[in-house]
Amino acid sequence: MQDDKILGYQPGNTFVHKLNATTKLIFLLLVSVACMVTYDTRFLAIVCIFSLICLKIAGIKWRQISFIVKFIIVFAIINIIAVFIFQPTYGQDLYGSKNILLNAGYFTVTKEELFYLLNVILKYICSVPLVLLFLLTTNPSQFASSLNKIGISYKISYAVSLALRYIPTIQTDYWAISAAQQARGNELSKKANLGKRIKGTLNIVMPLIFSSIDRIDIISTAMQLRRFGSKKKRTWYVYEPFKPADYAVTALAIVLVVIVAILWHINSGRFFNPFK
Amino acid sequence: MKQKGLSVKSVVAIGIGAAIYVILARFTSIPTGIPNTNIEIVYPFLALLATIYGPVVGFAVGFIGHALNDFLMYGQTWWSWVLATAVLGLIIGLYGMRLDLEHGEFSVKQMVMFNIIQIIANIVSWLVIAPVGDILIYSEPANKVFLQGAAATITNSIVILILGTILLKAYAATKVKKGSLHKD
Repeated sequence: MQDDKILGYQPGNTFVHKLNATTKLIFLLLVSVACMVTYDTRFLAIVCIFSLICLKIAGIKWRQISFIVKFIIVFAIINIIAVFIFQPTYGQDLYGSKNILLNAGYFTVTKEELFYLLNVILKYICSVPLVLLFLLTTNPSQFASSLNKIGISYKISYAVSLALRYIPTIQTDYWAISAAQQARGNELSKKANLGKRIKGTLNIVMPLIFSSIDRIDIISTAMQLRRFGSKKKRTWYVYEPFKPADYAVTALAIVLVVIVAILWHINSGRFFNPFK
Repeated sequence: MKQKGLSVKSVVAIGIGAAIYVILARFTSIPTGIPNTNIEIVYPFLALLATIYGPVVGFAVGFIGHALNDFLMYGQTWWSWVLATAVLGLIIGLYGMRLDLEHGEFSVKQMVMFNIIQIIANIVSWLVIAPVGDILIYSEPANKVFLQGAAATITNSIVILILGTILLKAYAATKVKKGSLHKD
């Protein structure tokens, strides 16, 4: 009935699919932290191109990710405009110089501001493909086991995998309750006024929440009967040992982080300044 | 059976709670007509879950739910806002330890106290943690992030004030009161 439009695991047989989930998680975390920290344009540009190539290698089709990419583009544009409107002088403050391109009072456009905005855009492009790649090529159970592998307690890892497991179920419940309420004349579309829509949504949310709280009781009883949580450690059925390719990819992630550290030293800070 | 660390119930509450968080954040945000300001039903839900299961669950559901939702919807997360949501759950959960919804109790005095606490929690989260994090991590202009923070504080406080209170009261009403059985 409803197209779910939530990203999920798509089985496949490419190089990226075959990598260990732990490797992919480490790579994603290290590289996105590196991209978060640095404002070095050269580094960001290289990671951008690299992550787009990875998407290609993993055989991900445009239609699988088109809706989310469009969504992100709109969001990024709004954010960039907001950054510009609130402080058009931010770029010149950061880079400590002023090359005016267009003189317009408060909204004077400087090269520095445009350069800063370019960096912000690059930062978006860097991390998004990597996350998409991870979500589309990683099995949720392996994801939980890899969270545990990098040192997060297995109970929290298990909670994350429970969440991933139950998102589709709760989504089905949500639409079932919504259809039932609409059959009873509950108006939720844009035609209804705000008060009615809030009341209508509450009519769906209340049964959903209360039935889910009952479900928490049932599942925790079932898990308790199976002695969940009685030991300090556990093993994972889907666990896989590291292969040479995994070591190579992990090493690449570490190299990228080292490069960011070196760039920090060269640029004496987060920002690469071509205006000096 | 007493055990160390998280109880089984907390683990399940975090998992299911985060799943509900994602679904509610995805489907139930109602635009108010003011740009970028939506009525988010997830926050009253987070408040309810935090009061029932305590601060650890509140924190974890806020953190995991928000991070998962951002990843699944936008392909990236704003860690400063994720942390802010988590802290909101934590603070409300700390107050929730003093409430006894499980036995159907939610008096007017408790309602007032709950709302004072939730407003403080909203201010800490959206007006301090989220904007300061945005400046430190993403180095965005200060006035932009503080304005966003102020808008989030006001809408989320009002939403929890109205819908959160209704939700808590409704939950308490489904529970049997302590000592409600009488001997005939």
